[in-house]
This record gives sequence, structure tokens and C-alpha cells, in this order.
Amino acid sequence: MDDVRAIVEALIFASDTPLSVERLKDILGEMDRKAILEILQDIELEYRQRCGGLCLMEVAGGYQFRTKTEYAPWIKKLRGIRPVSLSPAAMETLSVVAYRQPVTRQEIEKIRGVDVSGSLKGLLEKKLIRIVGRKNVPGKPIMYGSTKRFLEVFDLKDLSELPTLREITEMEE
Amino acid sequence: MSYEVKLDIFEGPLDLLLYLIRKNELDIYNIPMALITEQYLAHLEMMKALNLDLAGEYLVLAATLVHIKSRMLLPVEEGEKEGEDETDPRAELVRQLLEYQAFKEVALSLDRRNLLDRDVFKRIQAAEEIPDEQEDPMVEVTLFELIEAFKQVAERMDKEDLLEIDTERISLSDRINEILEDLAREKSLSFTDLLKTSRTKKGIIYTLLAILELMKMRVVRAFQADPFGPIRIFPAVEESTDG
Repeated sequence: MDDVRAIVEALIFASDTPLSVERLKDILGEMDRKAILEILQDIELEYRQRCGGLCLMEVAGGYQFRTKTEYAPWIKKLRGIRPVSLSPAAMETLSVVAYRQPVTRQEIEKIRGVDVSGSLKGLLEKKLIRIVGRKNVPGKPIMYGSTKRFLEVFDLKDLSELPTLREITEMEE
Repeated sequence: MSYEVKLDIFEGPLDLLLYLIRKNELDIYNIPMALITEQYLAHLEMMKALNLDLAGEYLVLAATLVHIKSRMLLPVEEGEKEGEDETDPRAELVRQLLEYQAFKEVALSLDRRNLLDRDVFKRIQAAEEIPDEQEDPMVEVTLFELIEAFKQVAERMDKEDLLEIDTERISLSDRINEILEDLAREKSLSFTDLLKTSRTKKGIIYTLLAILELMKMRVVRAFQADPFGPIRIFPAVEESTDG
């Protein structure tokens, strides 16, 4: 059993993208889902307890080793200063896309009250959003949706993990 | 009357309006239109004085505010008074403000998460490193050069006498995403190769449309090293993000 645990750890380390349970199941063969999940929990706990620089995180439908937040300043030093920060405008546009997808540029602009073509372009380049189709209305506007990369960057397991949008309460007199 | 205002950077007219409501501790469901319109207009004046880029959207909302204010001054007609369901002229604005506020909040809470490459890091893959810029000077091509190149490929295709059976449904957005994915992998693509990957006439037309759409959105840029040389498509990376 310990052997499998080491294999899972090695697989996650070697994978480019978050490694899903399904993929692990394919590779490991005869293991069932539950057993794999237990091993993952085990590794997660182990990393949490050993006070190292890494932790196992569940993001974008898979598992990935990431550095702990407290070591961010050192890693920034290592990589040279190149922070990937999004402007508040980009964050607002991204939020609308994430919650209202598929959504057209016009619909986003109606909510934000400003032109969003610039922030859409930036988000497309950063691969946080993608074009998902065209809306069947005059002009066939392009519809946007969020990407797997969005989940990865924002540390989300899936879209249901998004913080709840405060419901717009009914207007009362 | 003098206003002492700390000028924050506003994300748009709705943001400015929310700021004014918060600053004056107003009830969002019962906005005193005269006060808010006055302060809003004063802000616009100041932004103008500071030579800030005053986008048209600010003026649109200014007009909306003045319009609502004037509608509220009109006496309610006798007949309408009895019907309680008569809508408040401010209703639509309030709905818009609340919706915007909700998104502003989630934007902030998303930003507080542990972001990859800001708070947490994973191993870098070699493929993620951006290769150095190409040596030979590239000239950005115009639409006409693209069309010319397209014609050449299209003519060559005709000679191959393709049998066209319309079985696969191609969608423009699929093609756009395919091109974006290819570009992410290859860093640059030759225009002719891109068109050649499509086997049907419809396919190459969709490819051309996809490239044009991407250029219009300024997601990709087309360059060629010399006149009539091969045209290459590059992702339009912003200068600032390019280390």
C-alpha cells in the first residue's frame, strides 16, 4: 500500500497539469476510486503535517503540488519580478463571465456599465476565458465562458466552488 | 459650494455612483436623486478638470440621472395614484446598481483567493517559457495581403478537384479556439499551413473568417518578413507582459 502511495505522489509531481482521480485510476489499473481518494487524503495530510514548503491542492478537477502561500516572496525572487496581477476591471469582467456564462460582450457591458473589449482581450490572452459559441440573435455575437485554466489559477475545484453571488433581492416598495 | 473629494480610481460610472451612495450613507433603495445627481455631475467636472479620460459611459449615466430626477418631479396623475404597482423611476437604476455591486464583491473575493503565480506556485514547464523574438524584422500585413494569400490557397485547392460532401458541421467558434490552441503550442503559425489543414472549401473559408475575427479582436497579429513572403500569425502579446 505504501508503495502505491509513493507512486501516486510521484505521478502528481511529474504531471504538468492537475492530475484527476480518473487519470490516476487509468494509470494504476486495479485500484478503485475510493482507495485512490484515501491515498490522496493521506498524502495531503502528510504534507500538511511535515511543515515543508509544499502542499497538495485539489484544483480544476485534479490534484497538484503547490508551494505554500508564505513562501511566495522567495519564489518571486527566484523567478524574477513578473507578477500576474489582474486589474480590478479585468477581475470584474472575469467574474461576470464566470457566473453568467455563456455570456456576450454586450451582456457584460450592461452589467459593468463600461466598454469591456479591452479586458476581454486580456483575459483571452491569459486563457482565463474562451470563446464558447455564438448567440442566436441578430449579429450572432460571440459568447464567452471560463476555462480550466481559470479554475487552476483561482484555486477552485470546479465552478460550483465559486463564492456565492449575493442574490439580487426583489425590489420592494 | 466646494466639494472636498478624494479621487479614487473608478471602474466606471456605476462604481462612481456606488461610491457616492456609500460616502453619503444613503439607502440604495431610496436614493435622493437631487443630491446624488449634483454630486455625480460635480465629480465629472473634476475628472474633466484633471484631464482624466472621461469615457462616454459616464455621460450616459449623467443623462440617465437627470432624466430620473426630472421624472420624479412630475406630479403623479390621479388615476395612477390608486394603482400601487406604479413603478418607481429609479427601479431600473437600483436593479443595475445592486447587480453591479454583487459582481464587484465576488471580484474582490476571487482576488483574495490564493492565486497561482502570485500566492502559490507550481513547477514551471519548459514549454511555458517564452522564446526570444524572431530576428528578422516583420512587417504587419494588411487585410488585402491576407485575402491575396487566401486566393492563392483557394486556387490551388480547386485544381485538386475535391469532392465536397457536407457531413461535418464546422463552427466558427470551434475553429477560433482550435487556432488559439495551436498558437499556444506553436507560438506562430503560417497562414498557408493554417488554410491547408482544412480539407473542404467551407473549411478554409471558416479558417479565414476565424483569423479575421481574431485579428479584429486583436488577439492575434499577422506579420510577414518580406513583400509577398509567407505570412505568419502570432498571438498578440502585450508588451508589458513580455518580460
